[in-house]
Formats: sequence, structure tokens, C-alpha cells
Amino acid sequence: MDLISGEKLERMTSMEKIRLILDKVKKGKIVVLENGLTSDEEVRLIEMTMTEIRVDEFSGIEIESYPSKKEGSFLDRLFGRSLKGRMTVIGPANQLRTIEKDKYQISTKVSVGD
Amino acid sequence: MGLFDSLRESLGSWINRIFKKKRAKIGLYGPPNAGKTTLANRILHDWTEGESFGEISPVPHETRRAMRKEGVVINANGSSIELDIIDTPGMATKIDFREFMAFGLSEPESKKRAKEATEGVIEAIKWLDDLDGVLLVMDSTEDPYTQVNVTVIGNMEARKLPLLIVANKMDLPNASPARIKAAFPQHAMVPISALEGSNIDSLYQAIATHFG
Repeated sequence: MDLISGEKLERMTSMEKIRLILDKVKKGKIVVLENGLTSDEEVRLIEMTMTEIRVDEFSGIEIESYPSKKEGSFLDRLFGRSLKGRMTVIGPANQLRTIEKDKYQISTKVSVGD
Repeated sequence: MGLFDSLRESLGSWINRIFKKKRAKIGLYGPPNAGKTTLANRILHDWTEGESFGEISPVPHETRRAMRKEGVVINANGSSIELDIIDTPGMATKIDFREFMAFGLSEPESKKRAKEATEGVIEAIKWLDDLDGVLLVMDSTEDPYTQVNVTVIGNMEARKLPLLIVANKMDLPNASPARIKAAFPQHAMVPISALEGSNIDSLYQAIATHFG
């Protein structure tokens, strides 16, 4: 399992983040992002995942995050930068399974050696 | 631009606002098997002359190509709105062909369906860039906190585009629209049964209010 800090993510472009996540997940790793992704990055991650699905090799990802949180200064809100990504867990669909999720907690089950 | 041109453009804009029929391009989004095509067919059944979007099926990812119907006029709340409706394939983060084999499809059929389903998800995502609003269809009997729901809602909030949650499958005994409302309290929600047509008039009124 890899826990990636918010500082590292902030220095990366969207494409770099998506590539990093997919490369790790395809190797069977569970990735936890401290600050998560923006909603647009989440959509691009799903899109990229679809292009990489291969029969018997990679069936996609399990991704769980909390709904975006509105915060930031007045100027951030004015320029639409107020929706902050939140902690996100991503893993191979055949290894990571969400058991329960609500506003405040995500419970997952990780299978090893699958 | 001269003063005359500017005045003419401004006047034209006001005339359009007053007399032009309201029009919006809306997408039906949601996880597979939430009832998007059933709802799309219901809207066409109610507001066109017997047209339909496509087949429905208990097998997930029955809709694997986005389908568009232009110029569907809905009358509600004493006004009318003209909709371009896009019925999108179910959004998912994973697609495993074995899931389809569990429904009795052969392995080659399942693999073909899985391949087409991945393309369908990409198509649904591409459509997000070209919409005026979204009807997010959820299965009221299922947990609403799916990543697809969270991602679509986050995306529409970031784009500042209107979103209306449709709590579908109210005809089923374990439907719980309250669970959906509790999960996403910041968005309007209309509980319906697209299959039976119950409470569908409330949905049309909400569409006119949200997208008009």
C-alpha cells in the first residue's frame, strides 16, 4: 500500500497523478491519496482506466473518496477553486472491495494473493 | 463594434430571452442498471409520438452507446422547455466480462460486451463537456455513496451546471429515497418509478424549474 502525501500531489500535473495511480494499481498496489483528486481528475482517471482494461489482466479500479468539500478564501470561491479533493483510496478492482461508505467513513476489504 | 450594432445585439438578446423557447441539452447519467434508459423511454413516451431510446435489460451495460434525441418539448409549471436528451451508457470504474457470463452470456459475447462497455463509459465521460445539465439517476434500493455518483456530482458542482437527482425504482419495496437525500442534501431530488411512471409529473416540473 502506498500513501501519497498532499505535497507530492500538489507538485504533479493531473496527467502525472493519473499515470502514477494507474501504474501502481496495475501492479496490484493500493494507493491512498492524502488530498485526493479533483472531480475532473477523477473523471479522467476513470476514462484512462477504461482504455487500459484488458481481459484476464486488468478489470479496472475500485476508487472511493468522500464528496468534495467547499472551502477556501473568497477569491478561491470566486474563481471556482473552492472544491477541494479529499482523502481517496484506489486499488485494483479484483483486490479492493468497498464494504461500507458514508459521509464520514469508508470501510474496505483488501484481498491479498488474488 | 459601433453603438448601433451594440444596441441591436442587446435588443436581440432581450427579445430572445422573452420569446425564445427555453432549450437545454441534458444528459442522463448514473451507474449501470439504475434505470436511465427506462426513464429516457418514459420521457419520450410521454412527450413524443411513441418513440423510444432503446432496449432495457437486467444485464448491466445494455446501453453501450450514447443516444440523443433532440427537440423533446416538455410542458410543466405553465411553461415549456425544449430538451436535447442524451441517454448515456452506465458509468463504472471496473468492467469484468465474467459479470456478464453470470447472466448467461457466452464468453465471446461477454468479452465483446465488456469491450463495448468500456467504450461506452468513455463516451459518457466525453458528453460531460457538452451539456447544460444532468439528470443523475440512482437506484433507490442501492447504497447511494457509489464513486460514480460522487464523481458525477462533484463534476457538475465544479462546472457550476444544474443537477437533478432522480431516485428511481420507487416501485420496489426496499426503495429508500431518504437515504439518497441524506447522502446528497445539497441537491434537489425527485423520487419516481420510471417503470410505472409514478410521480413522473413531479419530475417534469422539477426539470422545467432546474433546466428552464
